[in-house]
Amino acid sequence: MSRVAETFARLQAEGAKALIPFITAGDPQPGLTVELMQGLVEGGADIIELGVPFSDPMADGPVIQRASERALAHKVGLRQVLDMVAEFRRTNTTTPVVLMGYLNPLCAMGYEAFARRAREAGVDGVLTVDCPPEEAAELSQALMDQDLDPVFLIAPTTPAERIREIGHHARGYVYYVSLKGVTGAGNLDIDDVARKIAALREEIRVPIGVGFGIRDAETARALSVTADAIVVGSRLVQEIEAATSETAKERLTRLVASLKAAIN
Amino acid sequence: MGQYDLPDARGHFGPYGGVYVAETLMAALDELKAEYARAKADPAFWQEYHYELKHFVGRPSPIYHAKRWSEKLGGAQIYLKREDLNHTGAHKVNNTIGQALLARRMGKKRVIAETGAGQHGVASATVAARYGMECVVYMGAEDVKRQAPNVFRMKLLGATVVPVESGSKTLKDALNEAMRDWVTNVDSTFYILGTAAGPHPYPMLVRDFQRIIGLEAIEQMQEMAGRQPDMVVACVGGGSNAIGIFHPYVDVDGVRLVGVEAGGDGVETGRHAAPLSAGKPGVLHGFRSYLMQDEDGQIIETHSVSAGLDYPGVGPEHSLLKDIGRAEYVAINDDEALKAFEDCCRLEGIIPALESSHALAQAAKIAPTMSKDQIILVNLSGRGDKDINTVAGLMGITL
Repeated sequence: MSRVAETFARLQAEGAKALIPFITAGDPQPGLTVELMQGLVEGGADIIELGVPFSDPMADGPVIQRASERALAHKVGLRQVLDMVAEFRRTNTTTPVVLMGYLNPLCAMGYEAFARRAREAGVDGVLTVDCPPEEAAELSQALMDQDLDPVFLIAPTTPAERIREIGHHARGYVYYVSLKGVTGAGNLDIDDVARKIAALREEIRVPIGVGFGIRDAETARALSVTADAIVVGSRLVQEIEAATSETAKERLTRLVASLKAAIN
Repeated sequence: MGQYDLPDARGHFGPYGGVYVAETLMAALDELKAEYARAKADPAFWQEYHYELKHFVGRPSPIYHAKRWSEKLGGAQIYLKREDLNHTGAHKVNNTIGQALLARRMGKKRVIAETGAGQHGVASATVAARYGMECVVYMGAEDVKRQAPNVFRMKLLGATVVPVESGSKTLKDALNEAMRDWVTNVDSTFYILGTAAGPHPYPMLVRDFQRIIGLEAIEQMQEMAGRQPDMVVACVGGGSNAIGIFHPYVDVDGVRLVGVEAGGDGVETGRHAAPLSAGKPGVLHGFRSYLMQDEDGQIIETHSVSAGLDYPGVGPEHSLLKDIGRAEYVAINDDEALKAFEDCCRLEGIIPALESSHALAQAAKIAPTMSKDQIILVNLSGRGDKDINTVAGLMGITL
């Protein structure tokens, strides 16, 4: 069983929901990323989504765009991100790490080389924002050959037949995009999301996470009633932005703990 | 070469093209694909498109024999396809008319567009005014500075121009921001993409609306010269004017197709915008194609005197035409383009766009190596009024 599946199985046995915090690797500086990941775990993270910086983050709002730009200013690319995961694995062998980013850095490394190196580094899953199932066959195969989970998005606009198709390809969990918009947007409708997630259960066998625009403990709590996992990204990146290198870990840990407390 | 019928049903031109977007946009692209399939089969749609091109744009655009310049160069005869004479001053309007008619069919009241030089922004603002739609144009903050006259034109036409401050503040960042708007307002909004790039069906759609250039040229060359040109030359940024003139010629034997990328300071300096000349395949803005990128797969900043060519990718069909050898792609540097700009002004009485000046420079370079009875057809894709501030600046003159 994969680390992601084990995590969800354990939480389900406990009657608990997963908290999946997102941070961008290399933000605000590469030396801090492993420490921040450890801080997320201390706060109660069940899975970590680690953003791979990209020069053109089309699906991201201004907060994560800035995080990407800060990381790129320190020349953090996919290779450095994999090194960070390997370093994190020296002290943590239980918390799944899912890389989240865009396809081109993976193309540049080559899918098979990437999957092998990701596996060696201790990565558990990969979510490629701009690679829908139609174009994902080759990448998904390379990932699954290395026992990595290809994680897919489902959007409010995804029609029923596509949901079935995505359910067929998804491993680990699916990520339900809670709103029409970019990451960190402010137009989330809790009741609508709850209805959609209930409907997804018909077609989706893997756990369902929900994210995009979850900014506070109250929203996280409300959505955790129906979802299996809550993803919080922009709000955490804002916390990093507002902190200094000395205070970032502590502030992140505290915020994650408050979110974790809210969903359980 | 025959049997050239691309893209396939999923938008692939060989290994290029495709649909690489976030899930939220997939349904909208499917809807657009389905509506275009219906429109394509509807004679009334094309009737209106051609009516608009004739009465609103002023088509057909003429072909002009640049005799003085040809004589001076002493080789092949240079003919110009005068897209600069279109309403709004460039080829861009052929596409915006087509897409606006689609938007209307789909009941969308709000259109958005990205723009580099501002030509596509102006063409979008123009059709939005013409059809009574709200229009928002995203433009890199750097380009807003370089292309002030076009910014003001868009505003006069009632559009909102949003300067984009992220990334390199040029065309690619404007495209990112337009995509972000679309993903947020996907129910109400039609994205008028300006070049033959982006996720399927855009490369096909834009090509089909720009093919009019090549279709007219085939008829006009026959009338004027009694035969087809030996070579067709067009500048390539995203590549919409080039694919528009190339596509009808792909199956015509004996016609060399030459695309001209922006060499900036010189391809060897790394400061350029020539992905087909010096890039490698990757995925950006929803499609797979040649891209300017570093070894980590990050997109590299581009450099060109012409804002409209300042783009790190290129339409997927050009990548295929390069790989199969049906078209050749070369790069022209800033200084060569500026020289052609001046020559065209002085010798022919035509102020060409800096983008089109790259194609003119390639023609001027190659014409002397050809015989006097050979013909080069250059797509003069736009007029240069928008560029006079840039050129004056380079000459050290403040207007």
